[in-house]
Amino acid sequence: MQGDFALHHNALERIGIESVPVKTPSDLDQIDGLVIPGGESTTMSLLINTYNMFEPLVRFGMSNPVMGTCAGLILMAEVVNDDRIDPLGLIDIVIERNAYGRQIESSKQKVEFVFSENHKIKLSTTLIRAPRITRLSDDIKVLGEYNNSPIAILSGHHLGLSFHPELDEIDIFHQIIFDKQSEFYFKKIEHLDVA
Amino acid sequence: MSKGTFEIKVGLAEMLKGGVIMDVTNPEQAKIAEDAGACAVMALERIPADIRKDGGISRMSDPEMIKGIQDTVSIPVMAKCRIGHFAEAQVLETLEIDFIDESEVLTPADEHNHIWKHDFKVPFVCGCRNLGEALRRIAEGAAMIRTKGEAGSGNIVEAVRHMRTVMTEIKRVTRLDEEELVAEAKDIGAPLSLVQQVAKLGKLPVPNFAAGGIATPADASLMMQLGAETVFVGSGIFKSDDPAARAKAVVEATTHFKDPKIVANASTGLKKAMKGLDMSDIPKEERLQERGW
Repeated sequence: MQGDFALHHNALERIGIESVPVKTPSDLDQIDGLVIPGGESTTMSLLINTYNMFEPLVRFGMSNPVMGTCAGLILMAEVVNDDRIDPLGLIDIVIERNAYGRQIESSKQKVEFVFSENHKIKLSTTLIRAPRITRLSDDIKVLGEYNNSPIAILSGHHLGLSFHPELDEIDIFHQIIFDKQSEFYFKKIEHLDVA
Repeated sequence: MSKGTFEIKVGLAEMLKGGVIMDVTNPEQAKIAEDAGACAVMALERIPADIRKDGGISRMSDPEMIKGIQDTVSIPVMAKCRIGHFAEAQVLETLEIDFIDESEVLTPADEHNHIWKHDFKVPFVCGCRNLGEALRRIAEGAAMIRTKGEAGSGNIVEAVRHMRTVMTEIKRVTRLDEEELVAEAKDIGAPLSLVQQVAKLGKLPVPNFAAGGIATPADASLMMQLGAETVFVGSGIFKSDDPAARAKAVVEATTHFKDPKIVANASTGLKKAMKGLDMSDIPKEERLQERGW
């Protein structure tokens, strides 16, 4: 609807997955996975409500894989510290918007991600006016942390990131949630014990 | 850890795509803009239509007004500085503004030089009328380009002219041979490396937004269909008779720009748009787009 959707289309194209823009409820009939991109969560929430997308998105999310980056993660949360946003409640977390400050505080750093015992990778993470996860339920798997807060979480078939792998052309997170061929596909890593 | 790099600056511009950035002059207008779904606001003392009407020197906004707007909304807050006035830009950076617009809407401070924008951690957006001008600004460090249009006119004709020009010139560049690119770089006055990049990408290396004269939902749809990735609306919202409704309608038309039914719905029942000016009513020396090079 709004945000860096074009970069997500590029990422999905690189891993061989077709993608289309989703702007109205009927668009959901054509797809079997959804990315909620980075952008402005207030704008997206308003557009979701104006075009009666709220219920269809929640219904879609219950049975299909969904990935959210930054504003997308905010929309997937259970609780947001801002009453201008109606989150979809797909992941049981509490999230704080713009928790790291204004654009001048936006940053890029290397973070170690642990996908399983044998899959630990250091990756660049770009945080743009990023949100912070302040509480999460026990059954959510944390894949990576920055400044003592989770920045990548996996909850069943829902993946939430507070940073933007699509800006750095990192495709592994799209593979986790959408690419059944990949060794990182969430159904292959979810039963592995993470220390 | 790194902050304020060119990549991070362009990163924020990417997040603003598909949205509407609205000019606001006080916290109340900023609230209306945010509630209508604006993805950012531009804080300025007078909207372009009033600058045009009142005349005088137009400068960076009062920091107190900017802070008031920053305290009111949660979306990114942009502000304008005069062309070449790097001290105003330094002040805006200290205020932690999210994006600085080095803008022809304000009275230029330097008739020869634009700001060297790589020196700043805050990203800049600059106006352009053609590809050469866009690439000169990118060379100086602009992380976002907007076509200039004619601010405060309520007339879309110049925005269309500038977007068409940029797009046509990009298409042309993609068809040129390596040696022809060198001549092209010379002709349009742009660095060769950036001309080569455009030839390879088939688009500008930073997001390309539209501004200057957008007054209706259909105007926004038009600019998006011509290749703009986001629209700036200045006087068009708060010079109309129903700012809140019009702001929301422009947001909807921008998101659904390819769906004429939705644009039609969004356009229905709005009160009067801003009156607007024909280009023949604006003498060449009063055209804001002529500022900058």
